[in-house]
Amino acid sequence: MEEKEFLKILTTNFSPSGREDFLYEEIKKAFQPYGEISISNINNIYVKRKGSGKNKIMLMAHLDEVALVITDFNKDGFLKFKGIGIDPKTLVSQEVVIKGKEDITGIIGIKPPHLMNEEEKDKAVTFQSLLIDTGLSNQKLKEKVSIGTFAYVKRDFTELLHNNVACKSADDKAGVVSMLSCAKELEGKDLKTNVYFVLSAQEEVGHRGAKSAAYEIAPDIGIAIDVTFDSGKFGADDRENKLGGGPSVCIGPNCHPKLRKMVIETAKECNIPYQVEVEPGNTGTDAWDIQIAREGIPTLLISIPEKYMHTSVEVIDMDDIINTGLLLAKFIQKLDDESLEEVLCF
Amino acid sequence: MLLEKLSNAISPSGYEGEVREIIIKEVKPYVDELFVDKMGNIITHKKGKGKKVLVDAHMDEVGFIIIGYNDDGTLRFASLGGVNDKIPPCKVLYVGTNKIKGVVGLKAIHLQSKEERNKGIGYDGLCIDIGAKDRLDAEKYVEIGDYAVFDTKFGCFGDGLVKGKAFDDRIGCFILIEALKENYSCDLYGVFNVQEETGRRGALGSSFRINPEIGIALEGTVCADMPNVPEHISGTYLGRGPAISIMDGTSIYDASIREEIEKTAKKSNIPYQNRRAVAGGNDAGSIQGVKNGCRVAAISVPCRYIHSSVSAASISDIENGKKLLIKFLQGIVKEGI
Repeated sequence: MEEKEFLKILTTNFSPSGREDFLYEEIKKAFQPYGEISISNINNIYVKRKGSGKNKIMLMAHLDEVALVITDFNKDGFLKFKGIGIDPKTLVSQEVVIKGKEDITGIIGIKPPHLMNEEEKDKAVTFQSLLIDTGLSNQKLKEKVSIGTFAYVKRDFTELLHNNVACKSADDKAGVVSMLSCAKELEGKDLKTNVYFVLSAQEEVGHRGAKSAAYEIAPDIGIAIDVTFDSGKFGADDRENKLGGGPSVCIGPNCHPKLRKMVIETAKECNIPYQVEVEPGNTGTDAWDIQIAREGIPTLLISIPEKYMHTSVEVIDMDDIINTGLLLAKFIQKLDDESLEEVLCF
Repeated sequence: MLLEKLSNAISPSGYEGEVREIIIKEVKPYVDELFVDKMGNIITHKKGKGKKVLVDAHMDEVGFIIIGYNDDGTLRFASLGGVNDKIPPCKVLYVGTNKIKGVVGLKAIHLQSKEERNKGIGYDGLCIDIGAKDRLDAEKYVEIGDYAVFDTKFGCFGDGLVKGKAFDDRIGCFILIEALKENYSCDLYGVFNVQEETGRRGALGSSFRINPEIGIALEGTVCADMPNVPEHISGTYLGRGPAISIMDGTSIYDASIREEIEKTAKKSNIPYQNRRAVAGGNDAGSIQGVKNGCRVAAISVPCRYIHSSVSAASISDIENGKKLLIKFLQGIVKEGI
């Protein structure tokens, strides 16, 4: 499947933390040609590509996304809700889809401005002040929705200029697509290492899937693929990440120094654009939990730069996704039992 | 469906061309005269021997206008008409006649300081990202002065409701188009005005030209019947029929016409409500003050979340608004208003 098409399918559908299985069929369709697919007790999805050697390398991108959850019924078809990892300022005047027994369209509106007092005008909105309007009677609504039902902001996959696209949940479906890119690149190649593509669960609520997947697979190397902040006006000005600049290789205690050097050498050898970013402590990604699974696992973090993270209009450059997949594939092809033993030896 | 076409059309204040084309095509077979005046208003005439009546709807919608470029290739913008600054973040917009797609981003919640989390963001803190590499690149695709409009699509919603953008005042346009398909004995001018949202400006020229005896504005009006707004300031309710205005920020409506409209509604079993608010304004304010003055009324369809990216309205309110206008216009001679 073509990368952009796969990203469109993943980002216009919905997989909140805990319900990554909503997308299992789509994942199976896309990854079927490239390995053996299974799903774990907590919705980690594994794609196993066998190699001739003994060692195991685990690539991981999380399939879960930030979401809304219904917390109560108000009057006349209006629902109270909370966000998981979402800024309420991003929700004003949005259409949402409530994932009930059937999909229900909702609108998050605000009070007309002439009815706002000065404080309401100046301050950011809060979850307490927002409701989802379904336009249904509570009686009808209760047949289809219950407390705990998930919802998400409805957003078309929007192509911007050049290779930029805007969508919801590119965090971290962009990472998932880069793994598909990698799997495609590796197809038919003679591999000396066993590759496990992991679509991890529950990253957004504390990288829980990563912990269990790293235990279950017990890899020799773990590489987390996630999105990272760009360095622009609304991004992180203490970083150098640019959209279109290629995968960003993380430097810091979470990342194995020799493996990291090897990845950068690979990028140079293969003329793949890359950039680096520094994370002095917790990377806030699956890499953080992979590293301390079992007896400890040499870990890397490779990230795709993204603008407006955790909003419904996350922007990424398709080339960065494809170059991430390519870099991973080239790196994997360099690995065998011997080279690995050497590089992992302190 | 006509209302769908009208709602999806892109026509912010000053750039009403797309809606104008749709309306001209739709009403031309039903009127005796049709022309576009120097402001861009559509003036239609159905000749009659009775009173000279002007019925108004405005074609323009609220939107945005590009006012500059940032070095990173993003665009600075201002609102065209009143769009509260809480509305634009995290929306997809169509920019300019080529419909270049852009998004209004926000800083990731992880990167916001406590102060940033709690504070609203003004227009000066927002920009449109079209994916341009830098200022020079952006200049190739978008010009200063290009407009921008939400990408919202019309659709059915909830139980008997519709959702979409620009219900203020494409619902008024829809009702007027439908009304022009009927016959009346009054001398009827159906006028589709420009630039209501920037100060009811189109209506000044068209009503000066026509100088009517009675002016009726058709509107999509504010409706705050949500459970988190106190009921006494809701203004109108969705589903309780068209709203008849008593007074707003630009007009005091003629009591006798208002009574006639209410009488018509009762006689024809058409549900209606009074607009229980005095805020806002519409083209009637311009029509009322023309030449030596004109008696005006307003019939409005309640819309939740007006002046935002997505509004909701009741299909029965729209249908009843249409019925009420037609019955009222048909009765004008007989009732001897």
